[in-house]
Amino acid sequence: MIGYVDRVPAADVTSADGSVSAGVPSLDVRGLHYSYPDGHVALRGVDLVVPRGGRVALLGPNGAGKTTLVLHLNGILSGGGGTVTVGGLTVTRDRATLAEIRRRVGIVFQDPDDQLFLPTVAEDVAFGPANLGLRGAELESRVTEALDAVGMTEHRDRAPQHLSFGQRRRVAVATVLAMRPEILVLDEPSSNLDPAARRELAAILRRLPVTMLMVTHDLPYALELCDRAVILDAGRIVADGATAELLADAELLARHRLELPYGFDPALAARQLAAHQGGMVR
Amino acid sequence: MGAGHAHVLYRDRSSPVHRLPPEVKITAMVVFTVAVVATPREAFWAFGGHAILITLVAALARIGPGWLATRALIEVPFVVFAFALPFLGSGDRVHWLGLELSVDGLYGGWNILAKGTLGVLASLVLAGTTTTRDLLLGLDRLRCPQIVTQIATFMLRYLDVLVGEARRMRIARVSRGDDPRFLWQLRGFAAGIGALFLRAFERGERVYLAMVARGYQGRMPDVRRGAGAAGLRHWLAAATVPLAATGVATAAAVLG
Repeated sequence: MIGYVDRVPAADVTSADGSVSAGVPSLDVRGLHYSYPDGHVALRGVDLVVPRGGRVALLGPNGAGKTTLVLHLNGILSGGGGTVTVGGLTVTRDRATLAEIRRRVGIVFQDPDDQLFLPTVAEDVAFGPANLGLRGAELESRVTEALDAVGMTEHRDRAPQHLSFGQRRRVAVATVLAMRPEILVLDEPSSNLDPAARRELAAILRRLPVTMLMVTHDLPYALELCDRAVILDAGRIVADGATAELLADAELLARHRLELPYGFDPALAARQLAAHQGGMVR
Repeated sequence: MGAGHAHVLYRDRSSPVHRLPPEVKITAMVVFTVAVVATPREAFWAFGGHAILITLVAALARIGPGWLATRALIEVPFVVFAFALPFLGSGDRVHWLGLELSVDGLYGGWNILAKGTLGVLASLVLAGTTTTRDLLLGLDRLRCPQIVTQIATFMLRYLDVLVGEARRMRIARVSRGDDPRFLWQLRGFAAGIGALFLRAFERGERVYLAMVARGYQGRMPDVRRGAGAAGLRHWLAAATVPLAATGVATAAAVLG
């Protein structure tokens, strides 16, 4: 399990000792509403609970409000009504609370060029933990640990623009892992990856011992990595259940502009996945 | 993707000049340039002295004269005016090859040309021996305002991305039959510049959001400032050149 270091004032946390007990969900979103300043209503009452260690796919067509929801999870957007609670700590406008929330929620944005802005890989991975106040050997070990987790240790001194797209996305994952997040939020992790890079990233994500919320419209990827899925459409959660079951409901998918790739049989894929995972357990 | 060359001017060599910490090299370059500028323009021998100093440092850094000379051409647009001065200047005139030249203008042109060239050469030696990354680190250690170094850092990182976007947009335009060879065909290009600006603006916003999501609160954490900073030894070594130049400038001023 990735470690959990707490730096929050005890008063802000539900449990008195500052740690999060096993029963507290990693993410608890209640009645979230949001309208953009131009009047466009993006979220109309979103409720979503992700338990610790859970792996949930957030599915939905373009414009469903997925990115808006993600930007609420660490308080970048707020103020439209409803609450977001991460590991027992509710998002407020208070600076110290926001800093801790941003440590707990690790968002991997869709374009790694947006995320990686420093001249070398190692500096970029160090940026988050350095903002948390880490320095010296401790910071160094965080960077090494995160780069190890995504298999990019040997590229630590290279410039991000000299890496392949798949490598850049893996580094982007490392930049938030270095903050030891309570929940990892991935925005379209498989977009623009070639099939090999897509598979390599899946293998890495499967190994990571963190709670995960994966925003995507790559339905096979959701099936492969998340046992549970929710569908967001027009600012509401319209379905919540086992990924295999949701994907088998062709009518539900069609209603919300979601489509499986041509020739993809979700029932067969689910059986293969179950057999594969059974094999891995043995 | 545009796997760019981040080090346009950097000459990858191993030399004592390369190994000096960036902050002492920046300081030495600035002091040297000030000494050059302060040298009286009539003291021709002094400029020879400055040139010898530059040549020595360039040789020590194993930077070839050919490379320096071609890169120094960048100053040409800026010193073109210097060549006009002898014709435009007033006062005493001399006749040379049938041309009537102003003495004051000749001195003025020489002044701009000599000082400009020496300044450019000094900057080139600095850029050739220091990576862009280290230059920024050096500026940061010299307490240059963080806003300046941050902007330069972003430029360094995103220039390639922007150039790549511009190239892809141009290819897409040309693929659809756009062939801007004349001024009145530049409409597509101009619209492309506008689109590029919007893209850069939107990317800036996304980069900022991604930084905030990782706990950015308006100041970069100063992680690298301490490691490898210059010691007294480095400062003394780098001080030799600007001190010599200052000596030359002072001598020139005193001797007239």
